[in-house]
Amino acid sequence: MSIAVLTLATLAFLFASLLVLAHRKLHVDEDPRIDAAFLMLPGTNCGACGYPGCLGLAEAMAEGKALPGKCTVMNEDEREDVARFLGVDVGAEEKVVARLACAGGTNVARNRAQYEGLGSCRAATLVAGGGKACFWGCLGLGDCEAVCDLDAIYMNEHDLPVVIEDDCTACGDCVDACPKDLFSLHPVSHRLWVACRNLEKGDAVLADCEVGCDACGRCALDAPDGLITMVDNLPVVDYSRNHDAKKAIERCPTGAIVWFDNKDGPVTGHAAHKIIRQGAKRRAPT
Amino acid sequence: MLNLVQKDSFRNGIHPPEMKDETSHLAIRRFPFAPTLVVPLSQHLGKPASPVVRAGQEVTRGQTIAEPDGFMSVAMHAPASGVVRKIALAPGIGGNMVESIYIEPHPASSQEVDDGVPCMLETSTPDEIIGAIQRAGIVGLGGAAFPTHVKLKAPEGKTLDTLIINGVECEPYLTTDHRVMLEQTADIFTGIRYLMKATGARECMVAVEANKPDAVRKLRKVCPPDLPVTVRVCPVKYPQGAEKMVIRSLLDREIPSGGLPVDVGAICVNVATTAEIGRLLPRGRGIQERVITIGGPGVEKKGNYRIPIGTTVRYALEECGASKDISRVFLGGPMMGPSVSNLDIPITKGTSGITAFTDAQMDEATGHKKIYACIHCARCVEACPLFLNPSQLGILAKKEEYERMAQEFHLMDCFECGACSYVCPSHIPLVQYFRLSKKMVRKLSAAK
Repeated sequence: MSIAVLTLATLAFLFASLLVLAHRKLHVDEDPRIDAAFLMLPGTNCGACGYPGCLGLAEAMAEGKALPGKCTVMNEDEREDVARFLGVDVGAEEKVVARLACAGGTNVARNRAQYEGLGSCRAATLVAGGGKACFWGCLGLGDCEAVCDLDAIYMNEHDLPVVIEDDCTACGDCVDACPKDLFSLHPVSHRLWVACRNLEKGDAVLADCEVGCDACGRCALDAPDGLITMVDNLPVVDYSRNHDAKKAIERCPTGAIVWFDNKDGPVTGHAAHKIIRQGAKRRAPT
Repeated sequence: MLNLVQKDSFRNGIHPPEMKDETSHLAIRRFPFAPTLVVPLSQHLGKPASPVVRAGQEVTRGQTIAEPDGFMSVAMHAPASGVVRKIALAPGIGGNMVESIYIEPHPASSQEVDDGVPCMLETSTPDEIIGAIQRAGIVGLGGAAFPTHVKLKAPEGKTLDTLIINGVECEPYLTTDHRVMLEQTADIFTGIRYLMKATGARECMVAVEANKPDAVRKLRKVCPPDLPVTVRVCPVKYPQGAEKMVIRSLLDREIPSGGLPVDVGAICVNVATTAEIGRLLPRGRGIQERVITIGGPGVEKKGNYRIPIGTTVRYALEECGASKDISRVFLGGPMMGPSVSNLDIPITKGTSGITAFTDAQMDEATGHKKIYACIHCARCVEACPLFLNPSQLGILAKKEEYERMAQEFHLMDCFECGACSYVCPSHIPLVQYFRLSKKMVRKLSAAK
C-alpha cells in the first residue's frame, strides 16, 4: 500500500517538474493584446481587411502593421474601442461597397427565352447565356444574394440585387460569384455611377432594356471637361478626378447613369423616361 | 450485360430513339441566300480570325474575308456575292455577342464560286496540305469546330499510324453525315488521300453505324483498291460517334485520362470534314456552306440542306415552314446540341443541324419535371461510356467541391454526352452540373 502511494507520488512530482521545466523552456512570448483584440473584432472572418480572418487582423494590429479602420464590419464606436485598447489611431479608411452595373430588372429588361434548369446564374450563363435579351445584363437568379455572408444583398421585387450599403463590408464575394462580372468595389464617395454594361448602341440596346445605356453621349458632353469619356459605347467616369458632378446625369434619356444620394440611394436625372412596363415575374422551376 | 460481349463497340452507353427515318432518305438540297448573312469571326475553337474586308466592300462568293490569326485559327470565306454592310457584334451560340461580318447578297447572286490557288495532292508536301486546310477554313464539322489542321500536326515524338474517318453520327435526328457518305463518296476518298499524306498514317478506317447499311454498301463499292481503307460497321449505340468511343471500338485502344487520340497513335476526322477537304482543296476553295439537317417535330419541310454559313436560324426555320408554337430549338441534335435563346444567331461551321420542338412535345418528353434527390440507383454509372461516377460527381457538384471532383473523380474527362442525365430517374440535370463544375475548375486553376 505505502509503496504504491510512494511510487505514484514520486511519479506525480517527476511529471509536474517536467511540466514546469517545459513551460519555462518552451514558452513563446505572445502579445496578450492579440487575444483581447481578437475578441473585440466581429468574428465574421470575411477577409475584407485583406488579412486571413479576424485573428490575422488582430495580430497585424498588435504588431502595428494595421489599424482598426481596416475592419469594415465594425461600426465607428467599436473601431474606436479597439483603437483605444491598443493605443493607436483608428485609421479612418473610406467605406467601400459593392456596386452593380446593371439596372435591368424584370420590369424593364426583356427575356428572349425562358431559362429552365438549375436556379443559379452561373449555371444559367452556360445555357445560351441564360435567355436574357441583353447578354451583359443581370440574370436575377441570386448567386450574389446566396454568397453574401452578411446578408447585405437582397433580390428586389424585379429580381435585381440591391446592396445594403451599411451592411456591405466590400469582402468581394459577390464580385467573384457574378458570372457576368457586374459587381465591382467602389468607395461610397464614387457617387456618379454607370449602371449598364451593354456594348451595343442606340435602338439595339433599347429593344432589349428600357434602362440600358444607348450611348447617346450626353453625359460625356455635360460633365466637366473630360470627366466622362465614351469607350466602347459606354461612359467611363474618371474617378481619379473630382467627380462631384451631378449635372452629368440630368439629360440621360434612359437613366442608365445614376447619382448615389446619401439618403435616397441611386437617383436618375430629370430627363429619364418613366418606366411604364411591368413585366411578369419570372422564377426558375425548382 | 450485352454491352460486355458486343464486338466493335465500347462498354456502357444508351439507346435513345434514333428518329432518323424522316430525313435519311432525302437528298441534300441547296438553300436560298438569306437577305443578310452574318459570318462570325470566331466559328472555331481558338483565336478569332482577323477580317481583311471593310464595310461597303464588294465580295464574291468564296473570297477570303478573314485571315487566320495565329496557328489556332482558320480563315473565313464569303458565303455569297454581295456587299459587306458592317463588321459589328452579333449574337452567338453561347448567348454571347461576337464580332461578325454582315454580308448582304446581291439579289441575283449566283451559286458560282471563285476558285483560288489549288493544293494538288501529287505535288504538295504534308506541310503544304496542312497550310491549305487552314486557309480553306476547315474545322471539325461534327460539331466541336476544332481546327482540323491543328490535330493533323502530330506533336514532337509522337507518331500516327491510323486515320479514322468518323461517319458514325449517333446523335438522334441528324442525317447529314449519312447523306454526305451517299452523295459525296468520291470526295471522301479524295479527302482521305490528302489526310493520309498530311499525317503519314499507314492505315485508314471508316466507321459507320449499323443503321446506315446503304452508306456502308456505297463506301465499299466506291473505295479505290489502291487505298488501305477498311469500312467498319459499329453497333448502334449512343455515344458511339464520340472520338474516344470510336477509337475504343475500332482499335481497342483507350485514350489515357486527359490525353488526346494522338497519344494512342490515332487521329479521328469527321466524314463531312473529310469530304470537304476532298472537294475544296483541289480547287483552292474555302468552306462557305455546309450540310445540315433541319428536322424535329416542329418543322414541316424536314430535310438535309447545303446551307450558306451565316444564314440565321430564324430564316432557316421560316424557309422550312416551322410551326408557330415551336418552343425549343437545338443547334445539332437534342442530346448534345446547345439550345438557343435567340433565333437571330447565324449557322456556323460547327452547326450540324437544327432540331425544333413544340411546347407540347417538350412537356411530354422532359418538360417541367421535378428534380428529386439521388437515389443511388447507379443507372448513370452503367450509362457513362467513360466509366466515371456521375452520381458521386453530381452530389459533389451540389456541394461545390469542384477541386475534389477534378482530382478524385476525373471530372475533366467528361465530354458531356448526356447519357447520365438521359437515364436519371430523379431528373437531376447532371450534365449542367458538370458543365458548371468544369467551368469552375478552370476558373480556380486559372486563379492559382
